Amino acid sequence: MVEKYSFGIDPIPHHAWNKDRQQIAVTPNNQEIRIYQLDKSANDWTLLDTLNKHDLRVTGIDWAPRTNRIVTCSEDRDAYVWKQGPDKKWTPTQVLLRINRAATCVKWSPDENKFAAGSGARIISVCYFEQANDWWVSKHIKKPIKSTVNSIDWHPNNVLLAAGCADFKVKIFSGFIKEIEDNFPATAWGNKGSTLGNLLAEFTNSPYIGGWIHCVSFSADGNRLCWVAHDSSISVADVSHGSPIVFKLRTDTLPFLSCVWVNGTGIVAAGHGCCPMLYAVDVNNQIRFVCKLDRSQKKEGSGLSAMRKFQSLDRQAKVENDTLLETIHQNSIRSIRTYSNVNGTATKLSTSGLDGQLVIWDLKVRHRLVRITS
Amino acid sequence: MSSTLKPYLTAVRHTLFAAMCVDNFSSQVIERHNKPEVEVRASKELLLTPVIISRNEKEKVLIEASVNSIRISIAIKQADEIEKILCHKFMRFMMMRAENFIILRRTAMPGYDISFLITNFHTEQMYKHKLVEFVLHFMEEIDKEISEMKLAVNARARICSEEFLKRF
Repeated sequence: MVEKYSFGIDPIPHHAWNKDRQQIAVTPNNQEIRIYQLDKSANDWTLLDTLNKHDLRVTGIDWAPRTNRIVTCSEDRDAYVWKQGPDKKWTPTQVLLRINRAATCVKWSPDENKFAAGSGARIISVCYFEQANDWWVSKHIKKPIKSTVNSIDWHPNNVLLAAGCADFKVKIFSGFIKEIEDNFPATAWGNKGSTLGNLLAEFTNSPYIGGWIHCVSFSADGNRLCWVAHDSSISVADVSHGSPIVFKLRTDTLPFLSCVWVNGTGIVAAGHGCCPMLYAVDVNNQIRFVCKLDRSQKKEGSGLSAMRKFQSLDRQAKVENDTLLETIHQNSIRSIRTYSNVNGTATKLSTSGLDGQLVIWDLKVRHRLVRITS
Repeated sequence: MSSTLKPYLTAVRHTLFAAMCVDNFSSQVIERHNKPEVEVRASKELLLTPVIISRNEKEKVLIEASVNSIRISIAIKQADEIEKILCHKFMRFMMMRAENFIILRRTAMPGYDISFLITNFHTEQMYKHKLVEFVLHFMEEIDKEISEMKLAVNARARICSEEFLKRF
Protein backbone atom coordinates (compact mmCIF):
# COMPACT_ATOMS: atom_id res chain seq x y z
CA MET A 1 0.00 0.00 0.00
CA VAL A 2 1.13 3.48 -0.80
CA GLU A 3 -0.24 6.34 1.24
CA LYS A 4 -0.33 9.66 -0.56
CA TYR A 5 -0.79 13.01 1.11
CA SER A 6 -0.68 16.42 -0.41
CA PHE A 7 0.28 19.66 1.29
CA GLY A 8 -0.71 21.99 -1.51
CA ILE A 9 1.26 22.93 -4.55
CA ASP A 10 4.32 24.31 -2.81
CA PRO A 11 7.36 22.07 -2.83
CA ILE A 12 8.21 20.20 0.37
CA PRO A 13 11.96 19.93 0.22
CA HIS A 14 12.28 18.66 3.78
CA HIS A 15 10.18 16.80 6.26
CA ALA A 16 10.80 15.25 9.66
CA TRP A 17 8.73 12.92 11.84
CA ASN A 18 8.35 12.87 15.58
CA LYS A 19 8.95 9.72 17.56
CA ASP A 20 5.54 8.07 17.25
CA ARG A 21 5.08 9.25 13.63
CA GLN A 22 1.90 11.09 14.45
CA GLN A 23 3.29 14.53 13.79
CA ILE A 24 5.33 15.85 10.93
CA ALA A 25 7.35 19.02 10.46
CA VAL A 26 7.46 20.26 6.89
CA THR A 27 8.66 23.41 5.22
CA PRO A 28 6.69 24.76 2.28
CA ASN A 29 9.89 26.01 0.63
CA ASN A 30 9.87 29.32 2.48
CA GLN A 31 10.84 30.63 5.91
CA GLU A 32 8.08 28.71 7.73
CA ILE A 33 8.05 25.33 9.38
CA ARG A 34 4.65 23.78 9.85
CA ILE A 35 3.80 21.04 12.30
CA TYR A 36 0.94 18.81 11.21
CA GLN A 37 -0.81 16.00 12.99
CA LEU A 38 -2.37 13.13 11.12
CA ASP A 39 -6.09 12.82 11.66
CA LYS A 40 -6.56 9.13 11.00
CA SER A 41 -10.34 9.15 10.70
CA ALA A 42 -10.41 11.92 8.11
CA ASN A 43 -7.10 10.80 6.60
CA ASP A 44 -6.05 14.39 6.61
CA TRP A 45 -3.53 16.63 8.32
CA THR A 46 -4.43 19.25 10.88
CA LEU A 47 -2.08 22.14 11.32
CA LEU A 48 -0.90 22.29 14.93
CA ASP A 49 1.65 25.03 14.84
CA THR A 50 3.59 27.25 12.51
CA LEU A 51 7.16 27.97 13.49
CA ASN A 52 7.98 31.30 12.00
CA LYS A 53 11.31 32.61 13.11
CA HIS A 54 13.61 32.32 10.13
CA ASP A 55 13.98 35.16 7.65
CA LEU A 56 14.76 33.11 4.57
CA ARG A 57 14.01 29.71 3.14
CA VAL A 58 14.43 26.81 5.55
CA THR A 59 17.04 24.38 4.27
CA GLY A 60 16.97 21.65 6.87
CA ILE A 61 14.76 20.18 9.59
CA ASP A 62 15.55 17.39 11.99
CA TRP A 63 13.38 16.13 14.84
CA ALA A 64 15.15 14.41 17.72
CA PRO A 65 12.86 11.53 18.67
CA ARG A 66 13.86 10.97 22.31
CA THR A 67 14.40 14.52 23.53
CA ASN A 68 11.59 15.82 21.29
CA ARG A 69 13.44 18.83 19.98
CA ILE A 70 13.44 20.19 16.46
CA VAL A 71 16.45 21.80 14.90
CA THR A 72 16.06 23.89 11.78
CA CYS A 73 18.51 25.79 9.65
CA SER A 74 17.98 28.31 6.94
CA GLU A 75 19.51 30.43 4.23
CA ASP A 76 19.59 33.31 6.72
CA ARG A 77 22.65 31.61 8.33
CA ASP A 78 20.90 30.80 11.58
CA ALA A 79 19.76 27.65 13.25
CA TYR A 80 17.05 27.32 15.86
CA VAL A 81 16.44 24.59 18.38
CA TRP A 82 12.72 24.32 19.14
CA LYS A 83 11.49 22.91 22.42
CA GLN A 84 7.94 22.10 23.30
CA GLY A 85 6.66 23.70 26.49
CA PRO A 86 3.98 22.28 28.78
CA ASP A 87 1.35 24.23 26.82
CA LYS A 88 2.40 22.35 23.63
CA LYS A 89 3.80 25.53 22.12
CA TRP A 90 7.18 25.41 20.48
CA THR A 91 9.73 27.93 21.71
CA PRO A 92 12.88 28.67 19.77
CA THR A 93 16.44 29.03 20.96
CA GLN A 94 18.73 30.70 18.52
CA VAL A 95 22.00 29.00 17.71
CA LEU A 96 24.74 31.14 16.27
CA LEU A 97 26.41 28.94 13.71
CA ARG A 98 29.01 31.68 13.08
CA ILE A 99 28.85 31.21 9.34
CA ASN A 100 28.57 33.86 6.65
CA ARG A 101 26.76 31.89 3.93
CA ALA A 102 23.55 29.95 3.87
CA ALA A 103 23.25 26.86 6.03
CA THR A 104 22.39 23.88 3.85
CA CYS A 105 21.64 20.89 6.05
CA VAL A 106 21.29 20.00 9.72
CA LYS A 107 21.23 16.77 11.64
CA TRP A 108 20.99 15.66 15.28
CA SER A 109 23.62 13.25 16.46
CA PRO A 110 22.28 9.78 17.39
CA ASP A 111 22.57 10.56 21.14
CA GLU A 112 20.85 13.91 20.55
CA ASN A 113 23.35 15.85 22.65
CA LYS A 114 24.74 17.79 19.69
CA PHE A 115 23.94 18.55 16.10
CA ALA A 116 25.86 19.41 12.97
CA ALA A 117 24.99 21.93 10.29
CA GLY A 118 26.63 22.17 6.89
CA SER A 119 26.87 25.44 5.04
CA GLY A 120 27.85 27.23 1.89
CA ALA A 121 30.66 28.90 3.84
CA ARG A 122 32.66 25.63 3.48
CA ILE A 123 32.18 25.03 7.16
CA ILE A 124 30.45 22.37 9.21
CA SER A 125 29.29 23.72 12.57
CA VAL A 126 29.06 21.15 15.32
CA CYS A 127 26.89 22.55 18.10
CA TYR A 128 26.38 21.39 21.66
CA PHE A 129 24.53 22.81 24.63
CA GLU A 130 26.63 24.44 27.30
CA GLN A 131 24.87 24.27 30.64
CA ALA A 132 26.96 26.94 32.33
CA ASN A 133 26.08 29.66 29.86
CA ASP A 134 22.70 28.24 28.90
CA TRP A 135 23.30 28.47 25.19
CA TRP A 136 24.34 26.44 22.18
CA VAL A 137 28.00 26.68 21.32
CA SER A 138 29.14 25.95 17.81
CA LYS A 139 32.54 24.64 16.82
CA HIS A 140 33.80 24.66 13.27
CA ILE A 141 35.18 22.04 10.94
CA LYS A 142 36.84 24.04 8.18
CA LYS A 143 39.65 22.22 6.53
CA PRO A 144 39.81 20.85 3.88
CA ILE A 145 36.31 21.63 2.63
CA LYS A 146 36.52 23.43 -0.69
CA SER A 147 32.89 23.96 -1.58
CA THR A 148 29.34 23.97 -0.25
CA VAL A 149 28.50 21.09 2.07
CA ASN A 150 25.41 19.53 0.52
CA SER A 151 24.69 16.82 3.02
CA ILE A 152 25.88 15.45 6.34
CA ASP A 153 25.22 12.31 8.30
CA TRP A 154 26.28 11.07 11.73
CA HIS A 155 27.90 7.72 12.35
CA PRO A 156 25.87 5.63 14.84
CA ASN A 157 28.70 5.98 17.38
CA ASN A 158 27.77 9.67 17.84
CA VAL A 159 31.23 10.89 16.90
CA LEU A 160 32.03 10.49 13.23
CA LEU A 161 30.48 12.78 10.71
CA ALA A 162 30.25 12.25 6.95
CA ALA A 163 29.93 15.23 4.64
CA GLY A 164 29.11 15.27 0.95
CA CYS A 165 30.31 18.41 -0.79
CA ALA A 166 29.80 20.20 -4.07
CA ASP A 167 33.51 19.75 -4.85
CA PHE A 168 32.80 16.09 -5.72
CA LYS A 169 34.25 14.80 -2.46
CA VAL A 170 32.90 12.79 0.45
CA LYS A 171 34.75 13.31 3.70
CA ILE A 172 34.56 11.69 7.08
CA PHE A 173 35.44 13.95 9.99
CA SER A 174 35.58 13.51 13.67
CA GLY A 175 32.76 15.36 15.41
CA PHE A 176 34.24 14.72 18.82
CA ILE A 177 33.52 17.44 21.37
CA LYS A 178 35.79 17.05 24.35
CA GLU A 179 33.63 19.28 26.52
CA ILE A 180 30.74 16.83 26.55
CA GLU A 181 32.30 13.51 25.60
CA ASP A 182 34.78 11.45 27.56
CA ASN A 183 36.59 9.23 25.16
CA PHE A 184 36.67 8.53 21.49
CA PRO A 185 35.19 5.12 20.71
CA ALA A 186 37.19 2.86 18.42
CA THR A 187 35.79 2.60 14.92
CA ALA A 188 36.74 0.81 11.76
CA TRP A 189 37.25 4.18 10.09
CA GLY A 190 40.42 4.95 12.08
CA ASN A 191 41.49 6.11 15.48
CA LYS A 192 42.66 9.67 14.99
CA GLY A 193 39.26 11.06 15.79
CA SER A 194 39.84 12.47 19.24
CA THR A 195 40.11 16.04 17.95
CA LEU A 196 37.20 17.82 16.34
CA GLY A 197 37.70 18.22 12.62
CA ASN A 198 40.27 15.48 12.07
CA LEU A 199 39.84 14.01 8.63
CA LEU A 200 39.51 10.23 8.80
CA ALA A 201 38.75 9.42 5.20
CA GLU A 202 38.16 11.17 1.93
CA PHE A 203 36.65 9.78 -1.25
CA THR A 204 36.46 11.37 -4.67
CA ASN A 205 33.19 10.65 -6.37
CA SER A 206 34.66 9.69 -9.71
CA PRO A 207 38.14 9.26 -11.19
CA TYR A 208 36.99 11.45 -14.08
CA ILE A 209 36.09 14.20 -11.61
CA GLY A 210 32.51 15.27 -11.45
CA GLY A 211 29.21 14.90 -9.76
CA TRP A 212 28.16 17.02 -6.84
CA ILE A 213 27.44 14.82 -3.85
CA HIS A 214 23.76 15.16 -3.03
CA CYS A 215 23.36 12.88 -0.04
CA VAL A 216 25.47 10.75 2.29
CA SER A 217 24.21 8.06 4.61
CA PHE A 218 25.82 5.71 7.13
CA SER A 219 24.48 2.18 7.48
CA ALA A 220 23.13 1.08 10.86
CA ASP A 221 26.35 -0.69 11.86
CA GLY A 222 28.38 2.30 10.74
CA ASN A 223 30.78 0.30 8.59
CA ARG A 224 29.32 1.32 5.28
CA LEU A 225 28.80 4.76 3.87
CA CYS A 226 26.57 5.30 0.88
CA TRP A 227 26.41 8.43 -1.24
CA VAL A 228 24.61 9.57 -4.35
CA ALA A 229 25.98 12.10 -6.76
CA HIS A 230 24.98 14.16 -9.73
CA ASP A 231 26.58 11.78 -12.23
CA SER A 232 23.60 9.45 -11.56
CA SER A 233 25.80 7.16 -9.56
CA ILE A 234 25.35 5.45 -6.24
CA SER A 235 28.47 4.52 -4.30
CA VAL A 236 29.26 2.59 -1.16
CA ALA A 237 32.46 2.75 0.87
CA ASP A 238 32.98 -0.27 3.09
CA VAL A 239 35.44 -0.67 5.97
CA SER A 240 34.23 -4.03 7.27
CA HIS A 241 37.41 -5.68 6.05
CA GLY A 242 40.07 -3.18 7.02
CA SER A 243 40.89 -0.31 4.72
CA PRO A 244 37.97 1.36 2.95
CA ILE A 245 36.90 -0.07 -0.40
CA VAL A 246 34.66 1.97 -2.66
CA PHE A 247 32.11 0.49 -5.03
CA LYS A 248 30.21 2.50 -7.50
CA LEU A 249 27.23 1.84 -9.70
CA ARG A 250 26.47 4.15 -12.57
CA THR A 251 22.77 4.08 -13.26
CA ASP A 252 20.85 5.08 -16.34
CA THR A 253 18.31 7.17 -14.44
CA LEU A 254 18.38 10.85 -13.67
CA PRO A 255 20.55 11.81 -10.66
CA PHE A 256 19.46 10.87 -7.16
CA LEU A 257 19.07 13.52 -4.49
CA SER A 258 18.59 11.38 -1.44
CA CYS A 259 19.46 7.93 -0.18
CA VAL A 260 18.74 5.89 2.92
CA TRP A 261 19.70 2.44 4.18
CA VAL A 262 16.70 0.18 4.72
CA ASN A 263 18.61 -2.69 6.32
CA GLY A 264 22.20 -3.91 6.41
CA THR A 265 22.37 -4.28 2.64
CA GLY A 266 19.48 -2.43 1.01
CA ILE A 267 19.55 1.19 -0.08
CA VAL A 268 16.65 3.22 -1.36
CA ALA A 269 17.60 6.20 -3.50
CA ALA A 270 15.35 8.76 -5.12
CA GLY A 271 15.75 12.04 -6.89
CA HIS A 272 15.12 13.73 -10.20
CA GLY A 273 13.73 10.53 -11.67
CA CYS A 274 10.69 10.92 -9.36
CA CYS A 275 10.73 7.21 -8.54
CA PRO A 276 12.38 5.66 -5.46
CA MET A 277 14.61 2.74 -6.42
CA LEU A 278 15.85 -0.09 -4.27
CA TYR A 279 19.47 -1.15 -4.56
CA ALA A 280 21.24 -3.93 -2.74
CA VAL A 281 24.87 -4.41 -1.84
CA ASP A 282 25.81 -8.09 -2.10
CA VAL A 283 28.52 -10.00 -0.26
CA ASN A 284 31.18 -8.95 -2.78
CA ASN A 285 30.13 -5.35 -2.21
CA GLN A 286 28.76 -5.03 -5.70
CA ILE A 287 25.76 -2.74 -5.90
CA ARG A 288 22.88 -3.99 -7.96
CA PHE A 289 19.48 -2.73 -8.85
CA VAL A 290 16.59 -4.61 -7.24
CA CYS A 291 13.35 -2.90 -8.09
CA LYS A 292 11.44 0.33 -8.35
CA LEU A 293 9.22 1.11 -5.40
CA ASP A 294 6.83 2.95 -7.65
CA ARG A 295 4.94 0.37 -9.65
CA SER A 296 2.28 2.68 -11.04
CA GLN A 297 1.44 2.24 -14.68
CA LYS A 298 0.50 4.90 -17.12
CA LYS A 299 -3.21 5.32 -16.94
CA GLU A 300 -4.95 4.22 -20.08
CA GLY A 301 -7.54 6.58 -21.40
CA SER A 302 -10.79 5.00 -20.50
CA GLY A 303 -13.93 4.95 -22.60
CA LEU A 304 -14.37 6.37 -26.04
CA SER A 305 -10.97 7.35 -27.23
CA ALA A 306 -12.23 9.15 -30.32
CA MET A 307 -14.53 11.30 -28.26
CA ARG A 308 -11.76 12.07 -25.81
CA LYS A 309 -9.45 12.87 -28.65
CA PHE A 310 -11.77 15.44 -30.18
CA GLN A 311 -12.67 16.85 -26.81
CA SER A 312 -9.02 17.36 -26.06
CA LEU A 313 -8.47 18.86 -29.50
CA ASP A 314 -11.35 21.21 -28.91
CA ARG A 315 -10.36 22.30 -25.43
CA GLN A 316 -6.61 22.34 -25.53
CA ALA A 317 -5.83 22.28 -29.26
CA LYS A 318 -3.78 19.14 -28.94
CA VAL A 319 -4.34 15.47 -29.45
CA GLU A 320 -3.02 13.93 -26.29
CA ASN A 321 -3.27 15.04 -22.73
CA ASP A 322 -0.04 13.74 -21.24
CA THR A 323 0.57 16.30 -18.54
CA LEU A 324 0.95 13.87 -15.67
CA LEU A 325 3.99 11.68 -15.22
CA GLU A 326 3.54 7.95 -14.74
CA THR A 327 5.13 8.05 -11.32
CA ILE A 328 3.33 9.01 -8.12
CA HIS A 329 5.64 11.92 -7.47
CA GLN A 330 5.28 14.50 -10.17
CA ASN A 331 8.54 16.31 -9.50
CA SER A 332 11.94 15.57 -8.00
CA ILE A 333 11.97 13.72 -4.70
CA ARG A 334 14.02 15.76 -2.32
CA SER A 335 14.08 13.80 0.91
CA ILE A 336 13.55 10.28 2.18
CA ARG A 337 13.00 9.35 5.81
CA THR A 338 12.49 6.05 7.53
CA TYR A 339 8.90 5.91 8.70
CA SER A 340 8.92 2.68 10.62
CA ASN A 341 11.66 0.30 11.52
CA VAL A 342 11.45 -3.27 12.81
CA ASN A 343 14.64 -4.85 14.17
CA GLY A 344 16.90 -2.68 12.08
CA THR A 345 14.94 -3.17 8.87
CA ALA A 346 12.91 -0.30 7.57
CA THR A 347 9.37 -1.39 6.79
CA LYS A 348 8.03 1.95 5.66
CA LEU A 349 9.68 4.96 4.10
CA SER A 350 8.36 8.42 3.52
CA THR A 351 9.39 10.63 0.63
CA SER A 352 8.62 14.25 -0.05
CA GLY A 353 9.33 16.21 -3.15
CA LEU A 354 9.00 19.40 -5.07
CA ASP A 355 5.45 18.52 -6.11
CA GLY A 356 4.12 19.08 -2.58
CA GLN A 357 3.35 15.43 -1.99
CA LEU A 358 4.28 13.21 0.88
CA VAL A 359 4.21 9.52 0.06
CA ILE A 360 4.59 6.66 2.51
CA TRP A 361 5.86 3.47 0.91
CA ASP A 362 5.34 0.08 2.45
CA LEU A 363 8.42 -1.95 1.68
CA LYS A 364 7.43 -5.23 3.22
CA VAL A 365 4.14 -5.95 1.56
CA ARG A 366 4.96 -4.90 -1.91
CA HIS A 367 8.47 -6.00 -2.43
CA ARG A 368 9.33 -8.67 0.11
CA LEU A 369 12.39 -6.59 0.66
CA VAL A 370 13.84 -8.63 3.45
CA ARG A 371 14.03 -11.70 1.29
CA ILE A 372 15.41 -9.91 -1.74
CA THR A 373 18.23 -7.98 -0.15
CA SER A 374 19.44 -10.35 2.51
CA MET B 1 9.31 16.19 -40.43
CA SER B 2 12.46 15.92 -42.48
CA SER B 3 14.89 13.11 -41.87
CA THR B 4 17.53 15.15 -40.06
CA LEU B 5 15.14 17.11 -37.88
CA LYS B 6 13.94 14.17 -35.85
CA PRO B 7 17.31 12.93 -34.56
CA TYR B 8 18.29 16.53 -33.91
CA LEU B 9 15.24 17.14 -31.74
CA THR B 10 15.63 13.78 -30.01
CA ALA B 11 19.20 14.64 -29.08
CA VAL B 12 18.11 18.02 -27.75
CA ARG B 13 15.29 16.43 -25.78
CA HIS B 14 17.53 13.91 -24.02
CA THR B 15 20.19 16.52 -23.28
CA LEU B 16 17.59 18.86 -21.84
CA PHE B 17 16.15 16.18 -19.59
CA ALA B 18 19.59 15.43 -18.22
CA ALA B 19 20.55 19.08 -17.90
CA MET B 20 17.35 20.14 -16.21
CA CYS B 21 18.21 18.34 -12.96
CA VAL B 22 18.56 21.54 -10.99
CA ASP B 23 18.22 22.18 -7.32
CA ASN B 24 17.94 25.17 -5.03
CA PHE B 25 21.44 26.39 -4.28
CA SER B 26 22.35 29.59 -2.52
CA SER B 27 25.49 31.41 -3.45
CA GLN B 28 28.69 30.29 -1.78
CA VAL B 29 30.43 33.51 -2.81
CA ILE B 30 28.04 36.27 -1.82
CA GLU B 31 26.14 36.33 1.42
CA ARG B 32 22.34 35.90 1.23
CA HIS B 33 22.34 35.62 -2.54
CA ASN B 34 20.61 32.96 -4.56
CA LYS B 35 21.40 33.60 -8.19
CA PRO B 36 21.54 31.36 -11.26
CA GLU B 37 25.07 30.01 -11.23
CA VAL B 38 25.13 29.68 -15.00
CA GLU B 39 24.88 33.47 -15.23
CA VAL B 40 27.03 34.39 -12.24
CA ARG B 41 29.81 31.92 -13.07
CA ALA B 42 31.53 32.58 -9.76
CA SER B 43 32.43 29.00 -8.83
CA LYS B 44 33.93 26.76 -11.43
CA GLU B 45 32.90 23.51 -9.78
CA LEU B 46 29.21 24.39 -10.00
CA LEU B 47 29.16 24.61 -13.79
CA LEU B 48 28.83 21.63 -16.09
CA THR B 49 30.49 21.27 -19.47
CA PRO B 50 28.41 23.09 -22.09
CA VAL B 51 26.97 20.97 -24.88
CA ILE B 52 26.44 22.10 -28.46
CA ILE B 53 24.07 20.09 -30.61
CA SER B 54 24.11 21.16 -34.22
CA ARG B 55 22.04 20.03 -37.14
CA ASN B 56 24.19 21.93 -39.61
CA GLU B 57 26.51 24.89 -39.29
CA LYS B 58 23.62 27.37 -39.13
CA GLU B 59 21.23 25.53 -36.84
CA LYS B 60 22.53 24.61 -33.43
CA VAL B 61 21.63 24.59 -29.76
CA LEU B 62 23.96 25.42 -26.89
CA ILE B 63 22.98 23.96 -23.54
CA GLU B 64 24.89 25.22 -20.52
CA ALA B 65 23.99 23.61 -17.22
CA SER B 66 24.86 24.40 -13.65
CA VAL B 67 23.80 23.37 -10.18
CA ASN B 68 20.70 25.55 -10.08
CA SER B 69 20.01 26.76 -13.59
CA ILE B 70 20.41 25.96 -17.25
CA ARG B 71 20.75 28.23 -20.23
CA ILE B 72 19.60 27.14 -23.65
CA SER B 73 20.67 29.19 -26.65
CA ILE B 74 19.26 28.47 -30.08
CA ALA B 75 20.64 29.49 -33.45
CA ILE B 76 17.88 29.55 -36.03
CA LYS B 77 18.33 28.78 -39.70
CA GLN B 78 18.70 31.93 -41.77
CA ALA B 79 19.20 31.13 -45.43
CA ASP B 80 18.99 34.58 -46.96
CA GLU B 81 18.74 38.28 -46.16
CA ILE B 82 14.98 38.30 -45.72
CA GLU B 83 15.10 35.44 -43.25
CA LYS B 84 17.85 37.21 -41.35
CA ILE B 85 15.80 40.36 -41.02
CA LEU B 86 12.63 38.47 -40.14
CA CYS B 87 14.39 36.39 -37.53
CA HIS B 88 16.05 39.40 -35.97
CA LYS B 89 12.78 41.35 -35.77
CA PHE B 90 10.81 38.43 -34.45
CA MET B 91 13.33 37.56 -31.74
CA ARG B 92 13.59 41.19 -30.74
CA PHE B 93 9.82 41.38 -30.46
CA MET B 94 9.80 38.43 -28.07
CA MET B 95 12.82 39.34 -26.00
CA MET B 96 11.41 42.80 -25.34
CA ARG B 97 8.48 41.02 -23.71
CA ALA B 98 10.67 38.46 -21.98
CA GLU B 99 8.96 38.68 -18.61
CA ASN B 100 5.74 37.41 -20.17
CA PHE B 101 7.51 34.33 -21.48
CA ILE B 102 8.90 33.59 -17.99
CA ILE B 103 11.87 31.49 -19.07
CA LEU B 104 13.07 33.74 -21.87
CA ARG B 105 16.34 35.60 -21.42
CA ARG B 106 16.37 39.28 -22.29
CA THR B 107 19.39 39.05 -24.54
CA ALA B 108 20.64 36.15 -26.56
CA MET B 109 24.08 34.70 -26.11
CA PRO B 110 26.57 35.97 -28.72
CA GLY B 111 26.38 33.84 -31.84
CA TYR B 112 22.84 32.68 -31.10
CA ASP B 113 19.44 34.15 -31.85
CA ILE B 114 17.51 33.45 -28.69
CA SER B 115 18.30 32.22 -25.20
CA PHE B 116 16.23 30.67 -22.44
CA LEU B 117 17.18 30.66 -18.80
CA ILE B 118 15.54 27.97 -16.69
CA THR B 119 16.22 28.05 -12.96
CA ASN B 120 15.24 25.78 -10.12
CA PHE B 121 12.33 28.12 -9.35
CA HIS B 122 10.86 27.37 -12.76
CA THR B 123 11.23 23.61 -12.40
CA GLU B 124 9.59 23.84 -8.97
CA GLN B 125 6.55 25.60 -10.37
CA MET B 126 6.22 23.86 -13.71
CA TYR B 127 6.41 20.31 -14.95
CA LYS B 128 9.88 19.58 -16.13
CA HIS B 129 8.81 17.51 -19.10
CA LYS B 130 6.49 20.28 -20.17
CA LEU B 131 9.34 22.78 -20.10
CA VAL B 132 11.34 20.46 -22.34
CA GLU B 133 8.33 20.07 -24.60
CA PHE B 134 7.99 23.82 -24.80
CA VAL B 135 11.58 24.34 -25.93
CA LEU B 136 11.26 21.58 -28.53
CA HIS B 137 7.94 22.89 -29.74
CA PHE B 138 9.49 26.33 -30.03
CA MET B 139 12.35 24.95 -32.12
CA GLU B 140 9.95 23.11 -34.40
CA GLU B 141 7.59 26.01 -34.86
CA ILE B 142 10.06 28.83 -35.26
CA ASP B 143 11.36 27.54 -38.62
CA LYS B 144 7.82 27.13 -39.85
CA GLU B 145 6.86 30.58 -38.64
CA ILE B 146 9.79 32.27 -40.35
CA SER B 147 9.23 30.45 -43.65
CA GLU B 148 5.57 31.46 -43.55
CA MET B 149 6.46 35.05 -42.87
CA LYS B 150 8.95 34.98 -45.71
CA LEU B 151 6.30 33.67 -48.08
CA ALA B 152 3.90 36.35 -46.91
CA VAL B 153 6.49 39.07 -47.42
CA ASN B 154 7.34 37.78 -50.89
CA ALA B 155 3.69 37.51 -51.90
CA ARG B 156 3.02 41.02 -50.71
CA ALA B 157 6.07 42.32 -52.53
CA ARG B 158 4.88 40.64 -55.72
CA ILE B 159 1.43 42.20 -55.50
CA CYS B 160 2.91 45.59 -54.68
CA SER B 161 5.26 45.51 -57.64
CA GLU B 162 2.48 44.31 -59.92
CA GLU B 163 0.24 47.16 -58.85
CA PHE B 164 3.08 49.60 -59.23
CA LEU B 165 4.09 48.42 -62.69
CA LYS B 166 0.49 48.53 -63.94
CA ARG B 167 0.86 52.32 -64.17
CA PHE B 168 3.48 52.11 -66.91
